[in-house]
Amino acid sequence: MTFLWAFIVGGSICVIGQILLDVFKLTPAHVMSSFVVAGAVLDAFDLYDNLIEFAGAGATVPITSFGHSLLHGAMEQADEHGFIGVAVGIFELTSAGIASAILFGFIVAVIFKPKG
Amino acid sequence: MDKQPLNEKNFDKARKSYQPKPPYVMNCIKAFIVGGLICVFGELLTQMYIHWFDYSEKNAINPTVATLILLSALATGFGVYDKLGQFAGAGSAVPVTGFANSITSAALEHKSEGLVLGVATNLFKLAGSVIVFGVVAAYVLGIIRYVWSLIF
Repeated sequence: MTFLWAFIVGGSICVIGQILLDVFKLTPAHVMSSFVVAGAVLDAFDLYDNLIEFAGAGATVPITSFGHSLLHGAMEQADEHGFIGVAVGIFELTSAGIASAILFGFIVAVIFKPKG
Repeated sequence: MDKQPLNEKNFDKARKSYQPKPPYVMNCIKAFIVGGLICVFGELLTQMYIHWFDYSEKNAINPTVATLILLSALATGFGVYDKLGQFAGAGSAVPVTGFANSITSAALEHKSEGLVLGVATNLFKLAGSVIVFGVVAAYVLGIIRYVWSLIF
């Protein structure tokens, strides 16, 4: 059942992105930036966690979850360290994604030849 | 078209009438199916990491995202992901795989300029905006929420 909801929710988020691309003529970079901000805003109102519980990877795989994780890590540390905690914790949950993106992106770029 | 001479004012209007209209519905269906399938694959990975590698439900996100990024970087290197992107549009750009694709493709594109000035400098050329806006938004919202929690 989680798989079905992951498909539907994940697909719907992508459809919103496609509408922003086609109808509002935004560039992919604009769409991705807006989605990250949207994810952070949704998390600020504690809505994104409900979506994750409901849809699993349908909510964690789209780029919106990046904004959600940024704010989530920041809030966790802010509870412990106060204002500086926001800066300390901001990359706490996303570091796996960013580090692997840098590492694998670099390795692939070194090994492979550009195509097309 | 009327025979008005083109100038800066009506150029944008005239240009639009020559552009092909995108097949809105078809593009949305493609984006829905491909984006949904990527998320289902992510869910499959998450379940796999929970059952076989003893990750908790919350921590399983990290290896899932890392695996998806690795696969997407490889697919970009083989030139497969760009073909998928032409077919699926936002369906392949919005999931975290699209983030990895933008990093890898920007680095590959500038490979001829060398390792430091080409690959490393351009790694975040496209994905940088995502990180900048994400951090700025999360920082501002984090401060607001923290102040809110202090007051109430």
